Amino acid sequence: MRNKLIKTLLISSLLIFLISSATSLQANGNLLIKKATILTVSGPAIPEADVLVIDGLIKQIGQNLSAPPGTRIIEASGKYLMPGIIDTHTHIALHGTNEGTDAVTPEVNMATVINADDTSIFTALTGGVTMVHTMHGSANVIGGQNVVLKLKWGKPSEELVVKEAFPTLKFALGENVKQSNRTLLPGRPQRYPATRMGANALIRRELNRAKDYLDEWDRYEKLKKSKNPPATLLPPRRDLRLETLADLLRGKLVARCHAYVATEMVEFLNLAKEFGFKIGAFEHAWEAYKIVDELKAAGVGLSVFIDSWAYKMEAAEGIAYNAAYCTNQGLLVSINSDSGERIRRLFNEAGKAVKYGITQDEAIKLITINAAKQLGVDHLVGSIEAGKQADLALFNNHPMSAYARCDMTIIEGEVYFDREKILKERQEAAAKKGGK
Amino acid sequence: MKPISTNKIINAHKIAKIWFSPLISLILAGLVVLALFPAASYASNQSSRVRAIINVKIVPVIGQPLESGSIIIKDGLIADLGSNLSIPPEAKVIDAKGLTAYPGMIDGYSSLGLVEISGVAATVDNRETGRINPQVKAIEALRYDSMHIPIARANGIVAALVAPSGGLIAGQSTLIKLSGWTNRQMAIKESFAMVVELPQIRSGRRSFRGFGGQQPEVTTEKALDELRELFHQARMYEKRRQAARNNLLLPLPEFDETSHFLLPVVKGELPVIFSVHGDQDIIQLIKFVKEEKIKAIFYGVEQGFKVAREIKEAGIPCLIGSLYGLPPVWEDGYDSLFLNPVILNQAGVKIAFSSSSSSSAKDLPYHAAKAAAFGLDRTEALKAVTIYPAEIFGVDDLMGSLEPGKLANIVLANGDLLELGTKIEKVFIEGQEIDLSNRYTELLEKFQKREQEKQL
Repeated sequence: MRNKLIKTLLISSLLIFLISSATSLQANGNLLIKKATILTVSGPAIPEADVLVIDGLIKQIGQNLSAPPGTRIIEASGKYLMPGIIDTHTHIALHGTNEGTDAVTPEVNMATVINADDTSIFTALTGGVTMVHTMHGSANVIGGQNVVLKLKWGKPSEELVVKEAFPTLKFALGENVKQSNRTLLPGRPQRYPATRMGANALIRRELNRAKDYLDEWDRYEKLKKSKNPPATLLPPRRDLRLETLADLLRGKLVARCHAYVATEMVEFLNLAKEFGFKIGAFEHAWEAYKIVDELKAAGVGLSVFIDSWAYKMEAAEGIAYNAAYCTNQGLLVSINSDSGERIRRLFNEAGKAVKYGITQDEAIKLITINAAKQLGVDHLVGSIEAGKQADLALFNNHPMSAYARCDMTIIEGEVYFDREKILKERQEAAAKKGGK
Repeated sequence: MKPISTNKIINAHKIAKIWFSPLISLILAGLVVLALFPAASYASNQSSRVRAIINVKIVPVIGQPLESGSIIIKDGLIADLGSNLSIPPEAKVIDAKGLTAYPGMIDGYSSLGLVEISGVAATVDNRETGRINPQVKAIEALRYDSMHIPIARANGIVAALVAPSGGLIAGQSTLIKLSGWTNRQMAIKESFAMVVELPQIRSGRRSFRGFGGQQPEVTTEKALDELRELFHQARMYEKRRQAARNNLLLPLPEFDETSHFLLPVVKGELPVIFSVHGDQDIIQLIKFVKEEKIKAIFYGVEQGFKVAREIKEAGIPCLIGSLYGLPPVWEDGYDSLFLNPVILNQAGVKIAFSSSSSSSAKDLPYHAAKAAAFGLDRTEALKAVTIYPAEIFGVDDLMGSLEPGKLANIVLANGDLLELGTKIEKVFIEGQEIDLSNRYTELLEKFQKREQEKQL
């Protein structure tokens, strides 16, 4: 009886070991993708080549590569492999986006409200997207801190966070923050600011406060380090709101500013100069094409739509040439979705830029390496190069073609979306249903 | 279903009336010619200039593509096309080497000319207040100088259905060409169809009922009951009016606006575009349409793929809603919106794509290409933005393909018409070459001057 129990235990533990090792084999990020056209982004496309992935990293790109036994092999003849798509401006995978009750809320952090179960993650994967900069909304002038995620569908939220990315803080200007398209409820007062003047003044006020706050701490530290610190010396009161803005002034945070019209962008550039903080990119930036010189001088990137426009007054001069024109003028441009729907056709949005004056090779950068640079992760992702993380998307056609369909999405060598598998499952389910 | 062709109906009617009059035999002959070439009568006021597009690849949609040929345009019509044509000496010649000629595209459902900047109420004219508005006509609010129209044109779109929206009966749609100096000049059919909007698919999540949005819970069943009652009232109204006309002692019934404007619908003269979405709603609607003897066209049809056979059997064409959306129900599969037109087409349902928009009406070809990416035959995708919408709107004798006798609605593209990177080099609408400049190009040029000034 006891022997039998031991035997059963042994067999079952062996089984568990086998199963777990089999699953870990499947999921340890080893892959060999064979005979795809490799759109490397860092260099010219390589026709009919293999990509070997070991432990989630791109190990080798070349012809007729071989893989360690047990490695999953993906036959990709006739298909196109591109780096995983990076969306520089979304609000997916979050429990809430706007702390809009106050015009100033830099202390809120999107990293604290990650929703790893949001089906938008899967939706995004079906369009080849592997990384998102998921942001606080534009309800207020100084919003919250944003977070960069990898779309590891099914994994807990901690495993999604990309710690290497720039920490960013959302700012917003224009119609949304002055609430010009909002019907006021009876008895509810209008929030300050209600004008672009007010929005600018508000940022200046808050940054002056943050400067004073920094000063207070500096004075405290100086006194503390002095030979005879006063016995009554107390540290200043810690203020999480000002602390965040102080981090912006210290250069530990990068500003990402939602802006549409040329004037508000020029003025935000001036604020950045006045207070010495860094701007990662302007979001939407529909009138960037009007102020290319100023943007170039400041070295500020753009995270824009390709042609979603005319939905409000400040988007009425948003021309579909914006992304291509600014690229040709030497600015760092990415195309974003800002939507849980558009995100799955972000590759189509980038493809449209070809019509407006750039090549397919340049267009593909708008959603890969340019986006990676803007998020500070271009050393990890954004191109297909040996040593980089194996975030990849496989398409049936050139991804900048209107006829392209994403067939597989891979993050760090693990397959998170596989169209063929889904079709097979559907067939099986249909057969089961038909058999009953 | 072969939808109405107004021209043909009028001609047949006239022919019957004048058959026995020997004096009018000449006119009869003329009418026969018009019946054979309806585009000739439609375009009689068009440019009489003769043009010849030569060295052009031709994708006529109806008929075989030609690697290199010529198209002769005369009086606004395609006079001839082929590979070895002699060019009339008076023709203005356009050498289109490297370009491909396609028929101009037709947007199956849009808000062009009704919605300018969606967030600015002052520029939005597509949605009347209230739920029952058969009296409102899209043509009467159409902004002919909308900034979205030249942008759509510059992407190869030459005609569009413009539909009002909102409530149960949204109003009368109009079929327009994308050229003309007044709203009325743009009309191909001033009132093409009544637009009826049935409830959206409920995705489980409760809809937002915030400020003042005390919307009653309307099911398709209830909505159809309401329509049935309205149609019944319209028929009774007509009966009472007829009775009063025949008997001077009876009082004329009081003017009933709703019944008055529903009359052409219940008489089967004016088609109805039903915005319908769920599979069970479609089934109910097919039954309703049959019972009420309505000329119906479906729009939206997101779950049509589940009942493709029933739609095919009912002979009802479908205007596919925007593919820029998510599946209404998660269980339909992530790609259900893209597969839907593929399955409908394979079942033999006549489909046309739509932008369902004004500010992104230019994207019409990309919806078709998206379906092609998911299995729709590429030539079928092209047909579903050209000849199929023309057939559904009953104007396939005028447009939708490059054939002699049809209107010269021609697009010259530097590549595949549905492809993202393709540039449209020239557009002709009824033989007239269209200025392709638009809000995009004008603003670009304005601010490119900043660069140019530096060179001076």
